[in-house]
Amino acid sequence: MTNNQSTKGLSRIDGRLKVTGAARYSAEFAPAGMVYGVLVGSTITKGTIKSIDSKAAERAPGVLSVITHQNCPRIAGYQVEPGKKEPEKGTYKLFYNNKILFNGQPIAIVIADTFERALYAASLVKAQYNAAEHNTRLIDQKHEAFAPEGDGTSKRGEADAWKTAPFKLEQEYIIPSEVHSPMELHAIIAKWDAADRLTVWTKTQGVQDTRDGIASIFKLPRENIQVNSKFVGGAFGSALQVWPHEVAAIVAAKLVKRPVKLVLGRADMFTSVGYRPHTWQKIGIGATADGKLVGITHEAIGQTSAYEDFNEGPIGVSRATYACANVNTLYKLSALDIGSPTWMRGPGEATGAFALESALDELSYQLNIDPVELRIINHADTDPESGKPFSSKYLKEAYKLGADAIGWSDRKTKPGATAQNGWLVGYGMGGGMFGAYRDKAAARVVMKDDGTLLIQTAVSDIGPGTGTMIVTIASEEMGLPAEKIKFDLGDSSLPLAPSQGGSGTTATVGSAVYQACTDLKENFQKLAGNGGTDKPDYAAILKRNNLQKLEVTSTTNGGPERDKYAMYAWSVHFVKVLVHPATGVVKIDKAVCVADCGHVVSPKTARSQLIGGAIGGIGMALMEEVVIDHRYGRLVNNNFADYHVPVNADIPQIEAIFVNKPDPYINPMGAKGMAEIALIGMAPAVANAVYNATGKRVRELPITPDKLLGKDGAMES
Amino acid sequence: MKPFQYTKAVTQQSAIEAIAKPGVKIIAGGTNLVDLMKRGVTAPDKLVDINNLPLKSISLDKAGQLHIGALALNSTVSESPLVLEQQPLLAMALKAGASPQLRNMATVGGNMMQRTRCAYFYDTTMPCNKRQPGSGCGALEGYNRMHAIFGTSNKCIAVHPSDMCVALAALGAEVTVSSRKGSRVIPFTDFHRLPGDHPEKDNTLADGELITGVVISNNKFAKNSYYLKIRDRQSYAFALVSVAAALEINNGTIKEARLAMGGVAHKPWRLYDAEKALAGKPANEESFNQAAQIAMQGAKGYQFNSFKLKLAPAAITEALKHAAGIA
Repeated sequence: MTNNQSTKGLSRIDGRLKVTGAARYSAEFAPAGMVYGVLVGSTITKGTIKSIDSKAAERAPGVLSVITHQNCPRIAGYQVEPGKKEPEKGTYKLFYNNKILFNGQPIAIVIADTFERALYAASLVKAQYNAAEHNTRLIDQKHEAFAPEGDGTSKRGEADAWKTAPFKLEQEYIIPSEVHSPMELHAIIAKWDAADRLTVWTKTQGVQDTRDGIASIFKLPRENIQVNSKFVGGAFGSALQVWPHEVAAIVAAKLVKRPVKLVLGRADMFTSVGYRPHTWQKIGIGATADGKLVGITHEAIGQTSAYEDFNEGPIGVSRATYACANVNTLYKLSALDIGSPTWMRGPGEATGAFALESALDELSYQLNIDPVELRIINHADTDPESGKPFSSKYLKEAYKLGADAIGWSDRKTKPGATAQNGWLVGYGMGGGMFGAYRDKAAARVVMKDDGTLLIQTAVSDIGPGTGTMIVTIASEEMGLPAEKIKFDLGDSSLPLAPSQGGSGTTATVGSAVYQACTDLKENFQKLAGNGGTDKPDYAAILKRNNLQKLEVTSTTNGGPERDKYAMYAWSVHFVKVLVHPATGVVKIDKAVCVADCGHVVSPKTARSQLIGGAIGGIGMALMEEVVIDHRYGRLVNNNFADYHVPVNADIPQIEAIFVNKPDPYINPMGAKGMAEIALIGMAPAVANAVYNATGKRVRELPITPDKLLGKDGAMES
Repeated sequence: MKPFQYTKAVTQQSAIEAIAKPGVKIIAGGTNLVDLMKRGVTAPDKLVDINNLPLKSISLDKAGQLHIGALALNSTVSESPLVLEQQPLLAMALKAGASPQLRNMATVGGNMMQRTRCAYFYDTTMPCNKRQPGSGCGALEGYNRMHAIFGTSNKCIAVHPSDMCVALAALGAEVTVSSRKGSRVIPFTDFHRLPGDHPEKDNTLADGELITGVVISNNKFAKNSYYLKIRDRQSYAFALVSVAAALEINNGTIKEARLAMGGVAHKPWRLYDAEKALAGKPANEESFNQAAQIAMQGAKGYQFNSFKLKLAPAAITEALKHAAGIA
């Protein structure tokens, strides 16, 4: 593969389909006879259902059925083996019993011939409850937090060594719960083709994992289940599992013997498909006068649900990021009466990096060492955990590229020292890292005698430009123009692909596509005989051999290189903010995001992805926060007017820079994923810039004007 | 939502006849009403669509009064050359509100009639005296970061969400309404009301009355007016606080001042005492700071919104500085 340093690259292959509405998302199919399902949510937070009156709903016009725990057909995968006890924890079981575990929990599904009729009838379902005392406030529950299975604690070197350092600090950092907020609502259409054969169109980051999940819940052979997810309008981690609403639609479709469509409302998107957990953290960090880290102690308590332990390990960053001999961590979970959290872009690391990168910034002021310099002083030349060499790491270069682009030399160390038209100016930076994974995947490539190439793999494209990446790899490898290449994704019957998550798709599926193309080319060379060239005329060779097509399916996996090297991708974010001293309004004036993620396969879509992640980080820093009224356990901002994600007016020019040096070991393209690192480290960069502008350190996100004004309204310094 | 009847009124008279009956609601842009119906907050038996009525014009009369029809779109008003020239404060306030998509649907009359955005009002499982009198106020001891600091009652601490109305209150506009009984004029500052014991009533519009337009009298504020909105994001967010400031300045001295705030009360909150204090003073930061302090008399914060006690005066000063051209 050529090391293409060009910043041009292909435009998003399916961009035209998306902007013209021709791309069909999961809710946009209409199998014959389709009817509509609407969920009814619990209005209490904890307790039991005393009774459900669904008579009025059943009598409402167009209603086919109302399913509750009282009449739900038996779901095979939910059943406990005879003689065994119901496990205390495990996946939430829909319509299984009368227990209420969180507010908004589905207690019924109403199925009707139109969406409007189903929605109206759903409002007629009335439940009586026996409410129990609930707790939805993490901070109240801290003392009852427990260590998750696996790695609650860890220690490298001495525990609490930071306390012995001449320069040190200990601070608490809090992030609120955030929701993924993709534009596309979660949606499913479920259609039973026979008593034991099912087709679904659903929003998922992995059609095969969804297929396997459904197979396990309904105890069906997985080959009897067809899952389609051709286009996904953003997911950010919210579509990595089979959710209760999907089970509801499948159960309903079976009961009414019609295909059932179920689209979640926006309010349900806040309670039913996961979120980034509210997390309290404490960091103790110390250094010598010349900035060398002596020790880090990182504690975290993250929110989970009463019925499931969600472990995203936010403390991992403190072990992995910097060269520091003494690091100890403590991680606990707090079980609240709220639905389970789930993975959200940069899971764990985004939370941990807010604490670590903020603490490092605080330390830089104590030490009077430039924050970039402090990071270079503590640069990890080898993996601090395993001692292994990195497969590739150009972080120092990334620091320099970013610092130059933002104009870091204009930064004054003293907070509040610079003003511009009545606004305080501040500069800040923060870094991110995420493991560079490569998993098993397969791809089928089919060369046809008209000279076009078809690539098939089951992977989902949730928006990063996976199709564009695949076409780019195939185009370069096969020596074909992009127009001659078609791809087919998001179909569980296609060759193996893992879910799109953890920034692994390019390294995993890209490698399979690369391998399949290499194998296909080899076959053509054999077919062509000795006269074969590196970029042959495929159509001519097929015709000469009286073949209509030639196809290859290749499977690849990560190799032994993973044992020899530590593999990570890095980012560094630089931000210039303006803060109004009287009103506390923060504006991002400029942001520069640098990614060290190996060779960039698809420069245009990678750039968009880096910018998109950075915007997610700006939202995390300045506005995103799920607010619960703890008296009721109900959300008070479960809509897009009150839960703020950034809009265009909030976002300045964002410069996306790639170091773009291939990783020689991870895969044939030398590419690492970059979805997570685009976001990780952005929030602390903003918080650090706000401190530089104002002298006010905000350790609890989001940084809204009220927090900057403080109780007395004055900006502290 | 509950099934309902829908009719289109072709004349003002037929609209007035239709709304004389109980259970009937007017729909114009529908940007708020449809949401309320979807959430079950309101459940009319019948909607009368008035979009075909001839109430869309924007004109200036001989006395220099600006007349704006109740069905003029927020976007149209905000871009009208007449409005921009005569009453730029109104255009600024409109552009600070909602999003372009909503402004393209929302009308002037509908903007005035929009309900509060208090979360407890929208969630039918929670208490709210405005939605269901006697059920209690969820916000009083709940999440009240966006709530009022002036003119509250123990029944309701919600705020009126409009930006446009803040400018119209500052400019001393009048509302023209019609019903079977004839027409009348309501001073804009009397149109919306404080919650008192009846938070279910947002305004003083009588049953069966149709808003036909607003009138803004001639003034000399065009040169020195400003609408400042402080919010959690730069577009499509309701005000933490907002300030409409209008000044008439002669040789550096304030002849007349108009000030109103949004995001602080159940109605657009006119700051009469601060206005009086500004008259005759030099147009400088010191005068503005004094006025801002006066404006805050009687303000009361709650658990999550006491920051407004500091943010509001800062915003008043800031808005006045912009209006005076010294920001």
